[in-house]
This record gives sequence, structure tokens and C-alpha cells, in this order.
Amino acid sequence: MIVHFEPASEEGIASVVRSAAAERVTLSIVGGGTRSGLGNPVRADRTLSTRRLAGIVTYNPAEMTMSALAGTPLAEVEAALNAKGQMLSFEPMDHRPVFGNSGQPTIGGVFAANVSGPRRYVAGAARDSLLGVRFINGRGETIKAGGRVMKNVTGLDLVKLMAGSYGTLGILTEVTFKVLPIQPTAATIVVSGLNDAEAAAAMAEAMAQPLEVSGAAHLPESVGRRFIGGALPEGAATVLRLEGLVASVALRAEKLAAALARFGPVATLDIDQTKALWAEIRDVKPYADGTMRPLWRVSVAPSAGHQLVAALRLQTGVDAFYDWQGGLVWLRMEADPEAELLRRFIRAVGGGHATLLRAGEGERARIPAFEPQAPAVAQLAERLRASFDPSRIFNPGRMAAMA
Amino acid sequence: MPETIGFLKPRQAVLDRRREIIADLTDLLPDGCLISDERGLKPFETDAFLAYRRLPLAVALPETTGQVAAVLKYCSRYGIPVVPRGAGTSLSGGAIPQEDAIVVGLSKMSRILDIDLFNRTATVQAGVTNLNISETVSPDGFFYAPDPSSQLACTIGGNIGMNSGGAHCLKYGVTTNNLLGVKMVLFDGTVIELGGKALDAPGYDLLGLVCGSEGQLGIVTEATVRLIAKPEGARPVLFGFASSEAAGSCVADIIGAGIIPVAIEFMDRPAIEICEAFAHAGYPLDVEALLIVEVEGSEAEMDAMLQSIIEIARRHDVMTIKESQSALEAALIWKGRKSAFGATGRIADYICMDGTVPLSQLSHVLRRTGEIVAGYGLRVANVFHAGDGNMHPLILYNINDPEDAARAEAAGNDILRLCVDAGGCLTGEHGVGIEKRELMRHQYSQADLNQQMAARAAFDPQWLLNPSKVFPLEGRPAA
Ligand SMILES: Cc1cc2nc3c(=O)[nH]c(=O)nc-3n(C[C@H](O)[C@H](O)[C@H](O)COP(=O)(O)OP(=O)(O)OC[C@H]3O[C@@H](n4cnc5c(N)ncnc54)[C@H](O)[C@@H]3O)c2cc1C
Ligand SMILES: Cc1cc2nc3c(=O)[nH]c(=O)nc-3n(C[C@H](O)[C@H](O)[C@H](O)COP(=O)(O)OP(=O)(O)OC[C@H]3O[C@@H](n4cnc5c(N)ncnc54)[C@H](O)[C@@H]3O)c2cc1C
Repeated sequence: MIVHFEPASEEGIASVVRSAAAERVTLSIVGGGTRSGLGNPVRADRTLSTRRLAGIVTYNPAEMTMSALAGTPLAEVEAALNAKGQMLSFEPMDHRPVFGNSGQPTIGGVFAANVSGPRRYVAGAARDSLLGVRFINGRGETIKAGGRVMKNVTGLDLVKLMAGSYGTLGILTEVTFKVLPIQPTAATIVVSGLNDAEAAAAMAEAMAQPLEVSGAAHLPESVGRRFIGGALPEGAATVLRLEGLVASVALRAEKLAAALARFGPVATLDIDQTKALWAEIRDVKPYADGTMRPLWRVSVAPSAGHQLVAALRLQTGVDAFYDWQGGLVWLRMEADPEAELLRRFIRAVGGGHATLLRAGEGERARIPAFEPQAPAVAQLAERLRASFDPSRIFNPGRMAAMA
Repeated sequence: MPETIGFLKPRQAVLDRRREIIADLTDLLPDGCLISDERGLKPFETDAFLAYRRLPLAVALPETTGQVAAVLKYCSRYGIPVVPRGAGTSLSGGAIPQEDAIVVGLSKMSRILDIDLFNRTATVQAGVTNLNISETVSPDGFFYAPDPSSQLACTIGGNIGMNSGGAHCLKYGVTTNNLLGVKMVLFDGTVIELGGKALDAPGYDLLGLVCGSEGQLGIVTEATVRLIAKPEGARPVLFGFASSEAAGSCVADIIGAGIIPVAIEFMDRPAIEICEAFAHAGYPLDVEALLIVEVEGSEAEMDAMLQSIIEIARRHDVMTIKESQSALEAALIWKGRKSAFGATGRIADYICMDGTVPLSQLSHVLRRTGEIVAGYGLRVANVFHAGDGNMHPLILYNINDPEDAARAEAAGNDILRLCVDAGGCLTGEHGVGIEKRELMRHQYSQADLNQQMAARAAFDPQWLLNPSKVFPLEGRPAA
């Protein structure tokens, strides 16, 4: 029988960990548990949930920082921020539609997965917003790192390390992060009818302008109609988001439209359509299709995204759309995940990585969800892991397949 | 001056093999890449934390990653400490060597390897200067955002070592937010690559850990950084206030209103006087505190932002508002600020503190800083990055008067404790080095430090890379 721990305090978590370490009992760490079925399966003796370690600890809008216990529902964090006109600038994805599951993602889980959305180029990933953490390491010790100030080089930056460690180095108990004001308005410039290569060029051109484009995505014809109730112009849509003061956005929209006119017909979306569109891009709407067809999240250099997809198309059935100026490729395979082919082609276009987000049971057990690392890096990562969790009790199997 | 900061005791076994080591390293490197004579070693004995000096055993100046790897492999085999060095402008003693160490200087690795404007990245060797990157891409309309005042001299490798910031980091972030990848050599000579042009590599964020690690985890030989499109225009505005408190709360209100200028720099009266006398920047001399607020964008955007900022400043009884009317005036405003350290150095010796505090604590910490320094019978000038709460009190003293120097050091330590107690940290961008090493205990528990040291040991199990830095000398794991 799987024993389930739900400590309601940091000390409670620490004491579970101490006895687990002493008895060499492995723990699967879950936040909302909304994604426990994702990536390579964790095989652990017991489950430890942060669900009851919840609540916003401090929120100081004037300092633009918030501290929250790790099990705080993301929805609660976002509602509190929204009430003060602020937001998480890294736009955490709501992945539930893609997986067709329910539950409450937690703020700890969001940072543990280093989630990042369409604003990545201007606002960074979750790790760039994370200022400080408290966590329990594999010895059951409470460790704090970072703080609540924006600039901090006092000692080694364990904060960055905890972001994206998927619960394999320690259990986050409290996170302190920076937030940003919600911009007064936003608009989207749409260039229609471009093929993937032309779109990449148009997006690079847009990002090279001093216009602070805060989102650059390309939605090929196969997916274009699935967004904002089919309200995008016919054909492929290359979309560029501008955010800021009202006067400034209007001005920049004009300049951007002028700069991109040579690529194709240009249209503009208003603030409501813009908000809806970018939320759907963030949440990978076209592939929230109620299936378990394999879904990859691929990150390559922006110039390489369309090359990768073109090469794959010659070999297998794929559907794709692009975020991050073309560098983030959401790739849905028609049948087989084709992990080896994909990873080989990624190396051929200059390198990057593919994360298997969704797949059938058997495939999830067989395919490394995360891109395997170079042996020297994998060995280093393993020594690092051992320095946090010497008895290997946290999330066995979660990142192991990387080596 | 009596030294209050200790170094690790030099390893006798290493000192005894000095000649052999020099001969071996000479063989490993091309001609002219190893310095071992006392005159040649002298320029490497300290960095910009001038009060401490140690002559290293030798200085290696490799020209390739392969040569760096060969030197490190040799040093790890024979248990010889290594101190990585860029331009040696560290303000915390991060690059100060020790008698039994080989300094590995990156100055000969100063080539720009790849400028990729489509993907907006630059890949450079570690010895390239910060400013060189921005100057290279400037004609194409791009720049590299983190801009330490030392940018003419300091190297990208050193910037990574210290996770350096600068005046414009309020909007664009510090080095870690602009670094995409590195090639680095581990102490055993293994060459690894982290990150690259594809964002957010999975696996532990080793790149994030390396950034700001003060040369303790490996030697960076190449870096890939993010380039940003240069704004259409930028305009600094000067605001003069009747008190530091008024200026401090004005900063908090600007940020609180959701306005994020590119930079908000603060100077108090002593700093204004020093900078004005040196740079003739046209700073008002009848105010107690000055803010330089820079906004950027098109003319219309800058006008709109400045209008909101001016309204907020008025609520804090601003005495002077000076908008720059030309590029020349803008440059002059910045010249005064950027020469602050140099100008101060002309009138007195100083130590520069670097604590960061939450914005709500700015006024309190400024007042207490004044009281603390006065309590030691010394003077202080404050000039710092106010938008992110990164304070730089410059404590003025006479380096040739041992008592004065000891008082300055004590005052500095009190100020840093104050910053930590106010919810901040010991250092925002200059690093711990040797300077703040023993104060680490004030910010971290032994368990916190043990975890950091364990992570360090995963990279350098022998504890030989820049070993006298960052962690208190007592309570280290037995290597
Ligand atoms: C392998 C994998 C890849 C993913 N890739 C992406 C992606 O590319 N983009 C995206 O938007 N989302 C991704 N996610 C989803 C992401 O996990 C969720 O956005 C978020 O973590 C959900 O929160 P939760 O509380 O439900 O987390 P859970 O599903 O409970 O946990 C997610 C991961 O975080 C760990 N974790 C949870 N809480 C803590 C804690 N307090 N301390 C330490 N570790 C903790 C868990 O062990 C698990 O590894 C991925 C998830 C996994 C497991
Ligand atoms: C007048 C003046 C103004 C300054 N202004 C600022 C400022 O505005 N903002 C700011 O942040 N700092 C500032 N500094 C501090 C200093 O310039 C920075 O810390 C700078 O990044 C150091 O770069 P450097 O090349 O001189 O490195 P060094 O001083 O040589 O080394 C710094 C650290 O990095 C390590 N290191 C160097 N190169 C490598 C490498 N290739 N691989 C691994 N480790 C390496 C060293 O071991 C050392 O620990 C200022 C200094 C001066 C003197």
C-alpha cells in the first residue's frame, strides 16, 4: 500500500524526510499532483504532498514581491496579484487542457518545473523571477537560499538550481518571487499567409526592432483556425504582441505594421483578442485535443525551428506551431513519438532539446522525457544531486533518464 | 595596515615544488604565456580591493580552451590551487591570488567568435571586455544589457564570476538573466558546455549556478550572451530632493506605481559634491539627494513616462528637475554618475559596500548608515542603484592610517549586518570575495552554508579553485 503524507508544516515535512532518509524509504513529491502522470514515471515507496502547506505569506505590491508556501494553489496567487494589477511575468502555462485532467497546480510545482510562457524573451523563465526559497534537503535539513531582493550574489545561487529540479534536490516549502505590473494595454499584429521559413524571418525582423515585442509566434494554416474561435485571418498567422501604455502601444503597433508590410498582409487584434490569443498559445490549445497523441516541447535556436519541422515532415507525420520567435516548437506526432529521429534532427540543426510532455503509458516508460545530457554534464549533475539528497530518496526516476 | 581578513595557509608542499611547477607549466603553454618573475607577477598581486595583496606562485595566460584544460588538469593532479582572473577589477577581493596559487588569466582569450543577429546572440571568449560586445554590435542596432561602471576594463568571464550588474539592470536584469551558455573547464580538465542558443535546457540549471560562483566551480572560456535591440532613444532626468528620505520614498513610489524605468540611480550630498567637482556634470549643489531616472523608447513614450514620474516626484517635494535636452547633456549626467568611484578615489581612500535591501527599507538603511559611519568618526558618500535597492555606501578613510582603516572595515561590516537585518543581503553585485566571507554567517545558517559548500564540492572535490573566497574559513568540510 502506498502511504501518503500531507504534512501541514515545514517542520512536519522535515521530519518525514528525516525518517525516510534513515529508513531509505523513497518519496514521490507532489504539489497539486496535476502532472504526476507526466514525464517518466516516478517509482517511490511513498507520496509526500505539499497540499496542506498553503497560503500567501507576504505580499508587498509596492516592492513587487510575494512569498507563498509551496502548496499554495497557483490560482490563489494569480487572483491576489490580479487584485493589485500585478502578475507573474513568466506566464505559467495551464497544462490541464493538454492532459485532459483536473486539479490545482501549486506555486511550488510551477517553480519546481521552471515553467515559462510566451513572454520568455523579455521576461525570462520562472527561474528569472524566483528570488528566494526555503526547502528541505534529503537529510531533512531546512535550507534557505536567496532572499527577497532583486540583486543578490551572496554565495552560490541555489535558487536557480532549485528551479527546474522537479523535486529531485529538495522539497520547496516556501518561494519568494518578483512580480510585475499588468500593462495597461496590449495589441497583436498579425501577418498572414507566410510559410514557416518566411515567418521565421518576419519574427526575427520584428524582434530586432526597438519596439519591445513581448511575444512572437507562428501559427501555420493547420492550426490557425483553432485559435480565438476562428477569428484570425485565413491561412497561416504570424502573430506579434505589444504591451504597454496606451499611447505607446498604438505607436509601436503602427511602426511594427510598417516594418512587416513587405512580408504579407497585416492586421491588428485588440486587447481582448490579444489576451485570449496569447493565453491559448501559452496553453497549446490546438493540441488540447482530447487525445494522447505524443506531444513534444522542443527548444532550439529561433532560426532552426522551421528547419527541424521541415526535415521531420519528410520522414513522419507531424503537426507543429511555434512560439519564442520560432525557437519553441510544439510538436504533435501523428502516431509514434519518434524520439530518436527527433533528437537526431535537433542535433543536426545546431542543438537544443526535446521534452516529451504527453504520450501513452508504454512510451512514457520507454522514452527519456528529458533530453539526455552529455556524459560529463550528466556526471556532474549526478554529483550535485547526491550533495542534496545523498540517500536518493526524492522522486527516483524523474530525471534519472537524462544520463 | 594590520590584516583582519585571513587567507588559507599556503601549502608547503606546493611552495617547495615551485621551480618544477614553473618548468612544467612553461612546457604546457606557448612561449610568453607563463609569468613567474617577481616584477611580472606584481600586477597580479591584488584586484580593486586594494588593501590586500598576495604574490601568486605563477601566472598562466592561456590562449585556448585546451591550454586552460591542460593547466587545470596539471594543477588538480598535483594539488595546486588556482585563481581565475579576468581584468582584476573585483571590488571584493575575488581575484586576489595566494602564494601557492597559479593565477589563470583570460586576457589572451579576447576574440569575438560569433555574432548571430537573427537569433540575437553573441558568442565570445571569456577575456572579451563587457563594452567590446556592445560596441561590436552597436552599428547593427543592438547592445549587451548589463553595464557595470567598469565596463571598459572588466571581462565577460569576470562578469559571470560576479553575476555583475550595472545601472541599466533594473529593466534588463543582471548577468544571469542575459547569459545563454558557457563553455567551461572543470578543475580536472574536463571541458563542458552548458546552455546555448536554445533556451531553458532541461536538467539542473548549472548555468545559473556557475553565474556568480566567483571562480570556484570552473574556468569559463567562452560565453554566449543575449543581445537586445537598442531603444530608439534614452533620456536621463535629474531630480534634486531636500532629504535622502524624500528621494528614497520617491523611488519606492515610482516602482510601486508600476513604472519601470531603465535606471534609477541615487546620490547623496557628499557624492554629488565629489562627482560634480570631478565631472562638472551640472549637478545641483543645494540639494541633499539626487536621483537620475532614465527612461527609454520613442519621444512620445519617454514624454508619457516622464510625466508620470515627475508627478510622483512632485509629491515628494522635488526641488530641482533637470531634463537633458541633448545627447551631450545626457552623456554629461551619466558621466558624473559613472565616474563616482574614480572621483571619490581622488579625494580619499574608500571601501565600497554593496548590500541590497528591500525598497521599503531604503530610507531607514540610509539614515542608519550615516549614523554608523559617523559613530566611527568617518565620512560616507552614497551613490547606488536605487531602483533595485542595491546600496553602495563609500566609506572614506586613510589607507595609511591603520586605525582609520580598521574603523572603516568595522563600519562596513556593521552596515552589511544592517542590510541583512533589514531583509536584504550582503552583496548585490560585487560578490563575497574575501571581503564579506566571514559575514556569510550573518546571512546564512551553518546548514545553509553546508549545502552550498556541498554543491561546490560536486564541481571541485579537492577545493582548490579560488579556495580562500566566499565561504568562512572555519567550518569547511575536510577536503
Ligand atoms: C516532466 C515534466 C515536464 C513538464 N514540462 C512542462 C513544460 O514544459 N511546460 C509547462 O508549462 N509545464 C510543464 N510541466 C508541468 C508543470 O509541472 C506544472 O505546470 C506544474 O508543476 C504543476 O503544478 P503541480 O503542483 O500540479 O505539480 P505536480 O504535478 O505535483 O509536480 C510537478 C513536478 O514538481 C515537483 N514538485 C511539486 N511540488 C514541489 C515542491 N514543493 N518542491 C519540490 N518539487 C515539487 C514534483 O515532484 C514534480 O516533479 C511539466 C511537468 C513534468 C513533471
Ligand atoms: C571602478 C569600478 C566600478 C565598478 N562598477 C561595477 C558595477 O557597476 N557593477 C558591478 O556589478 N560591478 C562593478 N565593479 C566590480 C567589477 O568590475 C566586476 O565584479 C567585474 O565583473 C569583474 O570583472 P573582471 O574581469 O575584472 O574580473 P576579476 O576581478 O578578474 O574576477 C572577478 C571574479 O570572477 C572570477 N573569474 C574571472 N574570470 C573568470 C573566468 N573566466 N572563469 C571563471 N571565473 C572567473 C575571479 O576568480 C573572481 O572571483 C566595479 C569595479 C570597479 C573597479
